Amino acid sequence: MSGLVARGVAKAYGATVALAGVDLEVHAGEVHALLGENGAGKSTLVKILAGAVRPDGGSLTLDGAPYAPKDPAAARAAGVRLVSQERALCPHMTVEENVLLGGEPTRMGVLRREEARAIAARALHAIDPSGAKKHRLRPDALVRDLGPGEQQLVEIARAITEPRCRLLLLDEPTSSLGADDVEALFKVITRLCEAGLAVVYISHHLDEIRRIGSRFTVIRDGRTAGTGRVAEATPADIVTMMAGRSIEDLYPRSPRVPGDVVLEARDLAGAGLPVRASFELRRGEVLGIAGLVGSGRTELLRAIFGLDRVRRGEVRVGAYVGPASPAARLAQGVGLLSEDRGGEGLALGLTIADNVTLSRLSGLGPRGFVAPSRMRTAAARFIEKLGIVCAGPDAPVSSLSGGNQQKVALARLLYHDVDVLLLDEPTRGVDVGARAAIYALIDRLACESNKAVLVVSSAAEELVGIADRVAVMHKGELGPARPVGELDVRAVMLEQAGAS
Amino acid sequence: MKYLRKYPFLGPLVAVVVVYAIFAIVAPGSFTRAENLTTMAGQTVVVGIAASGMTLVILLGGIDLSVGSNVALSTVVCALCMRAGAPAILAAAAAMASGLVAGLVNGALVTTLRITPFIVTLGTMRALRGLAKGLADEQKIDAPSSGIDALVAPLPPGYGWALFPPGVWIMLATSGLVAAMLVYTRGGRHIVAIGSNEATARLCGVRVERMKWLVYGLAGLFAGLAGVMEFSTLTVGDPTDSIGLELEVIAAVVIGGGSLAGGEGSVAGALFGALLMTVIRTGSTYLGIDNWVQDIVTGGIVVTAVALDRARRASEARR
Repeated sequence: MSGLVARGVAKAYGATVALAGVDLEVHAGEVHALLGENGAGKSTLVKILAGAVRPDGGSLTLDGAPYAPKDPAAARAAGVRLVSQERALCPHMTVEENVLLGGEPTRMGVLRREEARAIAARALHAIDPSGAKKHRLRPDALVRDLGPGEQQLVEIARAITEPRCRLLLLDEPTSSLGADDVEALFKVITRLCEAGLAVVYISHHLDEIRRIGSRFTVIRDGRTAGTGRVAEATPADIVTMMAGRSIEDLYPRSPRVPGDVVLEARDLAGAGLPVRASFELRRGEVLGIAGLVGSGRTELLRAIFGLDRVRRGEVRVGAYVGPASPAARLAQGVGLLSEDRGGEGLALGLTIADNVTLSRLSGLGPRGFVAPSRMRTAAARFIEKLGIVCAGPDAPVSSLSGGNQQKVALARLLYHDVDVLLLDEPTRGVDVGARAAIYALIDRLACESNKAVLVVSSAAEELVGIADRVAVMHKGELGPARPVGELDVRAVMLEQAGAS
Repeated sequence: MKYLRKYPFLGPLVAVVVVYAIFAIVAPGSFTRAENLTTMAGQTVVVGIAASGMTLVILLGGIDLSVGSNVALSTVVCALCMRAGAPAILAAAAAMASGLVAGLVNGALVTTLRITPFIVTLGTMRALRGLAKGLADEQKIDAPSSGIDALVAPLPPGYGWALFPPGVWIMLATSGLVAAMLVYTRGGRHIVAIGSNEATARLCGVRVERMKWLVYGLAGLFAGLAGVMEFSTLTVGDPTDSIGLELEVIAAVVIGGGSLAGGEGSVAGALFGALLMTVIRTGSTYLGIDNWVQDIVTGGIVVTAVALDRARRASEARR
């Protein structure tokens, strides 16, 4: 049979079992969706296929022949390439250099420039046959000058330079892409499959899977929980397989009573983005801001929070007017959850207790001192309250899954007891189970604790599900906020794309 | 702006020209004499050669603090060989070999023990200094220097056609080789790739550990060669020589556009960085400026160079 067959693949890290016996069959010419919650073992499986991790047990065959790569180079030689979730590019180097990296054609160590250029041009042609992106994806353009979508395409170009490339592994390829870039990526994937390539596609977005996947496999707790044709399974079936239980009501909504306006932006403009934004946020309500990646949503939150410069306009927090530093905003009771959890939101190497108490250490000991025991007590309270799965308050945040990391980041805002929560992509890279918990938390905050919550998200469905009002940002301009009753997901998506 | 990006050494080149022009105007007329140019080139040789190796190390995202000690060790080895009656070429080869071995030790410690290069080379900096002192019995070693002393000495009469002493040509040749290696060979690209994003390089099948060995080894080899040039100037082997040289070499690379975060750096830029520091030193001497002022100016230039580079990049990013 042509394609990849994995049987009973197992892997343990010390006492932690990552994979307990996974079966996977991927045929040539198909996009095979690999699904599962965070921590289910998808990434480990993909790393094994790519030769970056060696399995403890099980068997792999590729096109009928035994396949046991000892390192990424061996996997690559066998025609298996991984495009991982983290961007794996060298920012200082050109597109051509990145595409060829590790496989440069040489004669006695000296580059064969003509041949190198030809290989890179072929790969770039394969991902952009119409030449629509030709002016951006030049072989001599520096990778750090490219947008996220183009960088993703460069990675795929690198993966397919190998003429023997048979299996392409894509780990959440759309997690940082805007809608246009996703479309472009799907076209490329479809074309590659038509040419006979097998693709393993990992994603949290079921709508993406429905569009592009032909068959799927669900992994749960390190085992294969189910497999089938995408067209024959409903999203509810798949979610149930992933969670091991059905998620009844993903978006809880208790009755909310909006109170006074606590945050107001008027005609706000940043150094670049946003261009113009006005809104009001009341106590006890959830305001959603939709928009594509790069439309200026994140910059809006940063300007409000004092991280970016305000060029024009006014921010009013309660009785305070005007721009302020992040420290002043925190003192005013405004907290920001960063979209960049690993880079900015959390100190990954520090413990849960450190991270939760970071913004408000003053109450944890006599003047100027911090008592570690009180930090732990404070953190333990939120570990229980938010259901953070961990070894304890002293566990490093880097040891947690994405969903639990996000809960730690939210716990910091709750521990600081802010009144206004600015949440930037609160469910990015978070699995379905943790997502439901975060939605429920947001609902409780607005309804029971009478907080004001501003949620920025790329997922229109999510905003319509949890927010009371939604405003759409398009190219730096924020539209009017409208009650969700008047909106549906389709309308929001159209407006995001500037089509309304 | 566009050119500056494609050819990062243009910045330090312009700086050298401007600083030279300023001194040419304000300093006594003898500053612009041809002999002075030759002398300045000769005085740049030690730092210039070591900077080629350092550029590779910094491109890779590493650092080598052991260069100064390595140079001192090399002068001692060179002197010992000469005193034992070895021919000049053999003594020079032995000195370079000692540098190479020291560099390979750095590489081995960095790759196998996985200690950060700063700590590893901080350790070998002291250890190599100690080794040099031990070999030399804590004394300067007087040795006949015939053959080697001609490397950086002013050209003898009748050899004016060579323009510069041989040491300068050797420096230009090694820089040229290293620069060509970076552009035209697979290994060169892999060095930049490792410095730019080590995880990616590994994922793409680059033999990261092997490249690190190679680069630290090369840096040691160049330090050894720089030591031969230093011996040529000193004409003695001196275990206490070149203390703090590593910082001057790092400064040259950084002025030349190198980033200590890795992935950026230019061999030609480092050469101009080294030359810039020599021009400032020589020009100040001509003007009778005190040594302490020169130190402050040189320190200011290092910080200014990096600040200018940052500002340029920020303005590019805004566009």
